[in-house]
Amino acid sequence: MSLLSTLGLSIRAGTRCLVEDVHFSLAPGDRLGLVGESGSGKSLTALALLGLLPPGLVASGSVRLAGQQVIGRPDRQIAPVRGAVAAMVFQDPRAALDPLMTLGAQLAVPIRRRAKAEGRRLSRHDLRDRKIAALERVAIDAPERVLAAFPHQVSGGQRQRVAIAMALACRPQLLIADEPTTALDVSTQAEVLALLDRLVREEGLALLFISHDLPVVAGIAERVAVMAAGRVVETGPVAEIFSTPRAPYTQALIAAARRLDDALGLRR
Amino acid sequence: MSLLALEQVHFGFSRGTKVLRDVSLSVTQGQNLGIVGESGSGKSTLLRLLLGLAAPQTGRVLSAGQPLDRSTMQAHRRFVQPVFQDPYTSLDPRMTVRQILTEPLRALGLAADPEAEVLRALSAVRLLPEAADRRPRDFSGGQRQRIAIARALIARPKVLLADEPVSALDLSTRASLIDLFAALSQQLTLVLVSHDLAVIAALCPSLVVMEQGRIVETGPTRQILDAPAHAYTRRLLASLPRLPR
Repeated sequence: MSLLSTLGLSIRAGTRCLVEDVHFSLAPGDRLGLVGESGSGKSLTALALLGLLPPGLVASGSVRLAGQQVIGRPDRQIAPVRGAVAAMVFQDPRAALDPLMTLGAQLAVPIRRRAKAEGRRLSRHDLRDRKIAALERVAIDAPERVLAAFPHQVSGGQRQRVAIAMALACRPQLLIADEPTTALDVSTQAEVLALLDRLVREEGLALLFISHDLPVVAGIAERVAVMAAGRVVETGPVAEIFSTPRAPYTQALIAAARRLDDALGLRR
Repeated sequence: MSLLALEQVHFGFSRGTKVLRDVSLSVTQGQNLGIVGESGSGKSTLLRLLLGLAAPQTGRVLSAGQPLDRSTMQAHRRFVQPVFQDPYTSLDPRMTVRQILTEPLRALGLAADPEAEVLRALSAVRLLPEAADRRPRDFSGGQRQRIAIARALIARPKVLLADEPVSALDLSTRASLIDLFAALSQQLTLVLVSHDLAVIAALCPSLVVMEQGRIVETGPTRQILDAPAHAYTRRLLASLPRLPR
């Protein structure tokens, strides 16, 4: 059974169609890469999956998350799905985290929320243990120091790890990662990708990985959906799309990526 | 001939925090130079020193063989021109493209026919003459970066200092700008600062690798990519995501 399925998902701003007729589905453990250039509609699609579109944008069609319809439902009915079924990690952890709260206080929010949903009370001691466990899960050294720090006091890689820990704190079945490594240095990017790969594998999560960076997507996804001008122009397994792209847009995109990759020479 | 050089340069913003340590390098005419490193490695600060926007605490910056100081700064400003990373913030949104492009002519006191120079610069970056009357908001990110490059070219510099000039752009736009930089390299020398080794490999035959304010490896780009000598360079290369074959 699909964990996530979209059928004819369209997004409009007034009479303007920004995303049109998007179909894809994800089963537990699946890894789908959503690739495309700026303005192709990939981030809007991700926001629509969680009912998070900004005011003025209207989604139509069907998005089913763990069997529940998202489109057309009031926010209070979608809210329990967020975090518990699907959680999201955004591109810029500086913008995603509150600069005025310690990382520990921010991490406590989803942990308390999950406990409340399960009807459990958390003592201060339990909460602290769970926060430390959440940071250890994303391979943060010295979790006590990081919990006491504000976002500006830790590195970009640590901020993104905390954002991933917050997303996973409600034990979701699906992780939506929107350009999660774009703002990071290349070696930090490699560490965060390895972390996501491990978490998805060990915990059986489904992953929707959104990026304009084709080599990054090729490294973490099993299937790819290519978006251009609000439409999915091609979908298939990573190896097939990268070796024999059919859509002209995909061919041009992969040719541009291949050219840069070739400039690096033989792989080590 | 060395167009630009740093000799044993040290630089820090405050006491005790060294951003650049004992940095020496030389930019040779016709030999594009790439400077690669991660955030905080000092590569953008190095570019500021080459531009004359900051002065080293010790060591020297040489421009066309002359030490860079107040007496040589005016000539240096014509000699080198910058292109910055973000085409959305590096252009004044209130100005037309014509005003943006003629600003360096005015600031540098260059006696030239402004209209002819604007048309020449637009042509060099493959934009139509009609672009001159429009404002930055009318252009895409890639087109804005072409305008920023045209602004740099209008002073007819010998060296273009580009700080991550394509990293804010989409893949296909990035590819077309790499083509543009390659074409411009026929007439001037490019110093390209980037964390993206693939872009540097496509444009620069010489490479400097920086880590924590020091140059840890320098030499022909191909040679460094094929056989990196320093552990940091090896780690950088191993971290690069690659396309499946």
